[in-house]
Amino acid sequence: MAPIAEWLFFFLIFPGLVFSVLLGLVLVWVDRKVTALVQWRVGPPLSQPFWDVLKLLGKEVIVPAQAWAGGFLGLPFVGLAAGALAATFVWIAATGLAASPGGDLLVVVYLLVIPTLAVILGGAASGNPLGAVGSSRDMKLMLAYELPFVIALLVAVFQKHEIDGESVRAGTLSLSGLVDFQRDVGSVLLRPSGAIAFLVALLCAHAKLGFVPFDLAEAECEIGEGALLEYSGSVLGLFKITQAVLLATLPVLLVTVFWGGLAAFTVLGVLAFVGKIVLILVLFVLIKNTNPRVRIDQAMKFFWGPMTVLALIALLLAHLGF
Amino acid sequence: MTSSTPLLVRALKKSPWVFHVGTSGCNNCDIEIADCLTPRFDVERFGIKLVGSPRHADVMLITGPVSQACREPLQQAWLEMPRPRAAVMIGACACSMGAYKDAYSVAGPPDKVLLEVDPDAKYIYVPGCPPKPETIVMGVVKLLGAL
Ligand code: SF4
Repeated sequence: MAPIAEWLFFFLIFPGLVFSVLLGLVLVWVDRKVTALVQWRVGPPLSQPFWDVLKLLGKEVIVPAQAWAGGFLGLPFVGLAAGALAATFVWIAATGLAASPGGDLLVVVYLLVIPTLAVILGGAASGNPLGAVGSSRDMKLMLAYELPFVIALLVAVFQKHEIDGESVRAGTLSLSGLVDFQRDVGSVLLRPSGAIAFLVALLCAHAKLGFVPFDLAEAECEIGEGALLEYSGSVLGLFKITQAVLLATLPVLLVTVFWGGLAAFTVLGVLAFVGKIVLILVLFVLIKNTNPRVRIDQAMKFFWGPMTVLALIALLLAHLGF
Repeated sequence: MTSSTPLLVRALKKSPWVFHVGTSGCNNCDIEIADCLTPRFDVERFGIKLVGSPRHADVMLITGPVSQACREPLQQAWLEMPRPRAAVMIGACACSMGAYKDAYSVAGPPDKVLLEVDPDAKYIYVPGCPPKPETIVMGVVKLLGAL
């Protein structure tokens, strides 16, 4: 296959758009089911997220009179495209499908910002005051968690290990480079610096997904779903799909950077990989269900204070070789 | 919109998202709606989800008689719902004004108020004062069956 056709296949079918949407919807079900179990309920059937999205895609789209129609309708597509591209890069590196281009760690960090940006701009374009409040909260939250998130990811890049009496750094911004390095010297997660950085990155990813306690941007009981307030029908469905894609991307990114990705293409290796993803997902859901929503100033203090300090300490430890 | 494709109707039945409007009832019916979401009844099993914006909703749950002050907000919220849309009138008040009949401050039962702005509004009645959660769930199920 020509490289272009190959990458198109990666982007559109596996592990990009189609695969990540389907997997993401299954993970949404896991989220809702575990939530229900925590609350002593039965919860929805596996098909539920699929029906939800199908219904939304078939419903009427209303563009509010005061909205900027172009942005309002166009931004969901931008968000979904960026999310699917991020999923492609992360999954290719995690599973070792193809050699990932150098520097894709940075590209993925940027791509993962775009879906949030689409929600922010979409909320602003809807012309609704509550949507504007949601957008501004989302923007502040993003500024808050991006800093510790990037520092925590850099910890994996700065890893130093002794190999045959020589100290070697990971020193690569390519995701497959990180996976290869961890295959040689063991997971980042197992070292003190890596464990701290993983914790920080986990909480930042939690905020990125907009889960409780960091769901203040769409606080449905005070500002009525925030930035998504005015969205209806298929454009709302696109945002839901984008959230599902992020849910299928962020745990895998964490596993790739900190936990060695898909170590070996054996039955055991694949099972371990899936187990790690599910474990991170369940951690997300448990954090989500045991914490009340924080205020925006509390969230910013949390991320710019303790989280950034912890991430910096981890970076220092990694530099010193721990 | 293409509201009649079988697949969409099927999806609608599988995932009715509800938006709750209290138009100045006594608040008892609203509490019974909240009861439906508790572990005992758990309507999420059927895909029923309470949403915070009429734009996201498929079904509107209306409780209480419509007071003069609530008339326009109710009509506006109804028009904000994307088609296909439907309403459930919950409680004696919403069905037939109940104890508030002939009161000076009310504008009419919600069905009349909705018909003023949308002549082909679809809705169903769930009587009771307040109706039990089982009855409310049954009402929504019947409404979906009639789509
Ligand atoms: S029907 Fe009964 S319980 Fe419901 S709002 Fe009216 S008076 Fe209250």
